[in-house]
Amino acid sequence: MMLPLKLEEVSFLHVIKPLSLQIEAGPSTIILGANGAGKSVLMRLMHGLLIPSSGRIFWNSAGRQAMVFQRPVMLRRSALDNVLYALNVARVMDAERLAKEALAEVGLTAVAHRPARILSGGEQQRLALARAWALHPEVLFLDEPTASLDPTATREIEAVIRAFDASGTKVVMATHNLGQARRLGDEVIYLHQGRVVERASVEKFFAQPATAEAAAFIKGELPWV
Amino acid sequence: MADAFRAAGALVWSADPSLVGIVALSLAVSLTAVALATLLGLPLGAALAVARFPGRRPIIVLLNALMGLPPVVVGLGVYLLLSRAGPLGAFGLLFTPGAMVIAQTILILPIIAALCRQAVEDAWLEYEEQLRSLGVEGARAALTVLWDIRFSLLTAVLAGLGRASAEVGAVMIVGGNIDGVTRVMTTAIALETSKGDLPLALGLGLVLIAVVLALNAAAFLVKEAAQRRYG
Repeated sequence: MMLPLKLEEVSFLHVIKPLSLQIEAGPSTIILGANGAGKSVLMRLMHGLLIPSSGRIFWNSAGRQAMVFQRPVMLRRSALDNVLYALNVARVMDAERLAKEALAEVGLTAVAHRPARILSGGEQQRLALARAWALHPEVLFLDEPTASLDPTATREIEAVIRAFDASGTKVVMATHNLGQARRLGDEVIYLHQGRVVERASVEKFFAQPATAEAAAFIKGELPWV
Repeated sequence: MADAFRAAGALVWSADPSLVGIVALSLAVSLTAVALATLLGLPLGAALAVARFPGRRPIIVLLNALMGLPPVVVGLGVYLLLSRAGPLGAFGLLFTPGAMVIAQTILILPIIAALCRQAVEDAWLEYEEQLRSLGVEGARAALTVLWDIRFSLLTAVLAGLGRASAEVGAVMIVGGNIDGVTRVMTTAIALETSKGDLPLALGLGLVLIAVVLALNAAAFLVKEAAQRRYG
């Protein structure tokens, strides 16, 4: 088990103020907050793409994790080859079968041999999820995966994220979309100006937020202005 | 000018064997130099784009500056290296096509490496997080980006080819413009001009431009087709 993931007094420049946090296995965690609250930076710190300015981050054990970004980055090769590339880097056996299964999971079998870069935005994001799916990660980080997609594509992406959750992968997703947080989350970590202001179950967070900042954010006010 | 075109037409039409030899040697020398410089320059440029080490920025400035290396200076340097008394004199390469390839490779290596460095660095901005997230780092990351933008790098290679096929100073000094051995198009043009045979010199010039144009057109079509295909 990679989880729990522990952050001890972790800060990053002026974006993340020193914070301690523990991410447990199981329920999906939504990192909620306005633009500029530090969601993306916190995700990158946890995923290991950024080194904290101070503090420590440690996993319970080594294991496989993956991240899907707001804008998918695809290599100039076929959709299938993009998934295979990730599997080969991770030295996974039986890559071909796993890659095809992953494409089937996200509904991209028909375009497996099309160049990834000429797929639509929604298809590319599903391909990014397939690339993660094939790796069977214990933890999946998602950084606003639907922020630049239309409602149909968003629904398709959300279905795949639910499948990750159902398959036992721990989902940690940053979003500023309240509906999405409600649809996909079990617990909410509300971030405001680089601080964790509130952490609660989704039901509780939306029904009776404990802090004024969170209440204002839910009401659609602009507490960050 | 009309004389020049007539001379060029006559040269090509007659397929004059000495002309064919000159054109073939020109292409052989320049394309070999481009191949070598590409082989060395692309990994060098990619490494400079991706790696972070002390002294990286001065090296980039130096590399950019070396794009403007004067051919005659490169020729002189290679001449000193390869001359009988020089450190590499024992190989007996001076006044051979091999010496010309060496000089042109040195001349265009910075061009290909510097342009590649810029292209990879721009692409790296887009790819870095994704590749690091997948656990791809170092040489493998550089090679992945290099391969992914290979068709854009064609422009860097073409810049090198343009420089190689157009320069006269380096090949003149290390090749010696020996008829039938090291005479290429540019040195032949220089010679005919100094002899006063301007129509022949211009005719050769037109052939040279046509060859370079054809190579560039082919590369352009390849790149365009690839970009339509791969996005």
